[in-house]
Amino acid sequence: MSLPAAIEFAGIEKAFFGVPVLNNVSFSVSAGRTLALVGENGAGKSTLMNILGGNLMPDSGVMRIRGMPYTPAHPTDAAAAQVAFVHQELNLFSNLSIAENLYLKTLPRLGPSPFVDRSRLRRSTAALLAQVGLSVGPDTRIEELSAGERQLVEIARALALEPQLIIFDEPTTSLSARETDMLFALMRGLRARGVAMIYISHVLEHVLQQCDDIVVLRDGQVVAQGPVAEFTTSSLVTAMVGRSLERLYPERRGHSQTEAALVARQVSQPYVVRDISFTLHRGEVLGLSGLMGAGRSELARILFGLDPHAEGEITLGGATLASSGPRRRIERGLAFLTEDRRHEGLCLDASIADNTALVSLRQHARSPLRLLDRSSWRNAIDSVLKAVRLTAKGEATQPVKTLSGGNQQKVVLAKWLLSRPSVLILDEPTRGVDVGARFDLYQLILDLADQGTGILLISSDLEELVGLCDRILVLNQGEIRGEFGRDEFVRERLLEAALPQEGAA
Amino acid sequence: MNRTPDRSSKANAPSAPRSTPSRAAHFALRHLSLILLLAVFAFFGALAPHFFTWDNARNILVQSAPTGVVAIGMTFVLLTAGVDLSVGAIMFVAAAVAGKMAASGQPVALVLATILAVGTAFGALNGFLITRLKVAAFIVTLSLLFTGRGLALWITQTRAMNLPEAYLQIGTARIAGLPLPLLAFAAIIAIAHVVLAHTPFGRHLYALGNHGENARKAGLHSGRLLLAVYAISGVCAAIGAILLLGQLGAVSPRFGENYEFKAIAAAVLGGTSLFGGRGAVFPGTLLGVMLIQTLESGLVILNADPYLYPMVTAGVIFLAVLLDGIRTHVLASLSKRRIRSTC
Repeated sequence: MSLPAAIEFAGIEKAFFGVPVLNNVSFSVSAGRTLALVGENGAGKSTLMNILGGNLMPDSGVMRIRGMPYTPAHPTDAAAAQVAFVHQELNLFSNLSIAENLYLKTLPRLGPSPFVDRSRLRRSTAALLAQVGLSVGPDTRIEELSAGERQLVEIARALALEPQLIIFDEPTTSLSARETDMLFALMRGLRARGVAMIYISHVLEHVLQQCDDIVVLRDGQVVAQGPVAEFTTSSLVTAMVGRSLERLYPERRGHSQTEAALVARQVSQPYVVRDISFTLHRGEVLGLSGLMGAGRSELARILFGLDPHAEGEITLGGATLASSGPRRRIERGLAFLTEDRRHEGLCLDASIADNTALVSLRQHARSPLRLLDRSSWRNAIDSVLKAVRLTAKGEATQPVKTLSGGNQQKVVLAKWLLSRPSVLILDEPTRGVDVGARFDLYQLILDLADQGTGILLISSDLEELVGLCDRILVLNQGEIRGEFGRDEFVRERLLEAALPQEGAA
Repeated sequence: MNRTPDRSSKANAPSAPRSTPSRAAHFALRHLSLILLLAVFAFFGALAPHFFTWDNARNILVQSAPTGVVAIGMTFVLLTAGVDLSVGAIMFVAAAVAGKMAASGQPVALVLATILAVGTAFGALNGFLITRLKVAAFIVTLSLLFTGRGLALWITQTRAMNLPEAYLQIGTARIAGLPLPLLAFAAIIAIAHVVLAHTPFGRHLYALGNHGENARKAGLHSGRLLLAVYAISGVCAAIGAILLLGQLGAVSPRFGENYEFKAIAAAVLGGTSLFGGRGAVFPGTLLGVMLIQTLESGLVILNADPYLYPMVTAGVIFLAVLLDGIRTHVLASLSKRRIRSTC
């Protein structure tokens, strides 16, 4: 290559507590090219990006930017080298305006005075917002924005550094299709201007469409690399997992029973959902499809008692539920795996064992003083962690935040398995989970159904619903617009029911 | 791995028009401290008509100046999600040193400069222990509360000290017809407001209070910011001590007692969050201080039993924090996204 690369990794090694996480990683990205970095959760992508961003130091190996050695010791060193990150978890300050977030470290001042030059700040922010296609004022506070809009602000913040290299870490998870298209258009524009990009995503379709080169990491090593034309979805999956996944979905052995587990009758809540009626049977996997913002998560929250409903009734195992919080529902065997596992599903600093035991602690309290029976508690945790195939050393002490996304999701699932639910509501259970761990999660979901648990599966991934469900309901603007049995699963029909009708309000 | 095309519904946009009643509720919740202040004012005014006079309003402002200045320093600390329990003790130490120096005939200017130096030094000590030794702010400032009060009691030998006439003049002097404490209070509010709202330093404090880890990642020097914040709180406590000396003219063993709680209460009443990142000196903390002082003055005018004062004040503070909780809750539910445009 004639020109020195925008970033070059040469022999990067890193180990945590003696366990190697990165092993002799070498590759480079040239100016104006987009490189996809793919791999299962825990393959070492985050560690490598943390090294690039100055959050971690490599044990050995060097990085070079345009041929010059690059040794960042702090995130500000990365910014100074015009390396910008678009993070998956947003690092924005919700109490400040968009403009203040974009230029926090470099707020312009009025001449030599110590005061912020608001009008200059507004002008430069407005220009960046136009680039990312976000049509809100520069003074809007972050807390007033939706998740997708915040992601666009995060991208604008990266652009504010006038970077030569941008790292996108799962940028599309909270974006709508329209916003995703705009992001890709923006990326093409950046590429034309000679900006180098590293694109990290589990959506292999996007990777194959948008990138020039691909590097596949597995267990901390580069196992495949080359131009995008040399890869197909299946060859990528094979490289990531290290074996070819014949089937993405496990085989369904059991089937739906006739006994009703959860029944909703004309459940309505003004401005949220209307006239929701369905029956979830024991042992059934019922899918809930719909576009983002169709009310799927809101319906789940109502069913679990987190949000009120004005009309209608919900019965669980034959007993009618008053709208009075989730505690009674949990006692009656309802379980809910939330969309946002980091904030709502886990205590990130607590250990794997403590997280797993959270809901079922009472079962292990022994009379007369209701003290915890440590041995029965430990046995239960050990067996359930084995059941979810969670491979981690020292589950008693290891904090959950050190686990990869897929393993974190297994902890959440294990927590609910211990309480032996009669109905399990799963909201986007495989978001941010890699292909290999997905199969394990699917197997667990089906095993639960075979044991008689009724499963309500909410997912944006139609393939996933088609692959797992016995029946699919389609939600559209807070109403059920279609019900499809297994033999009626046609992608086009499911999608049609989800799209807004012409002339609808 | 195909994904369904997503589409964020128009009705979810934050700019979605809200109905008039919820707009009114929004307004009321946002201006809770002002409404509360007006209500308390109207209540006492109805019972005692001369409550509505300019003299009375000015008195309330003058009397609230010492607490107000301390509460402004406290607002800086609370914005970073910290707390400073040592401000009352700092006031006592500074006043005790002043009393000793005044008794030995030192000039007024030197005494005042020493008070400010003592306040800054104690504030910086708090900041040093919190940022360098990584001890929780609650523990550091709590131990300084006891250490400081003990030190001041030792300096004064637990005796009350009367200060010369010159110090009382700080409380009664007028410039252009306005009382000096009022002018000092107004100047400090103005400076604090401009610093918080219009300088990079102020905006960085809000960022730090919102998310400390992210602020460090963004390259802010959280250590320096925190050190500055506790030093500011110390200086404000010292200025508060000077203003209080001007009102009382003496240092008693209970000088500055409970000022940490009055200051925290005033800031919280004014809408500053105990969790950091939310709040303002103007009008927030100013309204909070005036609310507390109006209550106390009103009770005096009504000839209420002095033992009732703390209970009434505590009741209002409780009410304010309760309403703040409700406000957060209601604002959150009002800004919830709507899926359907109709019921």
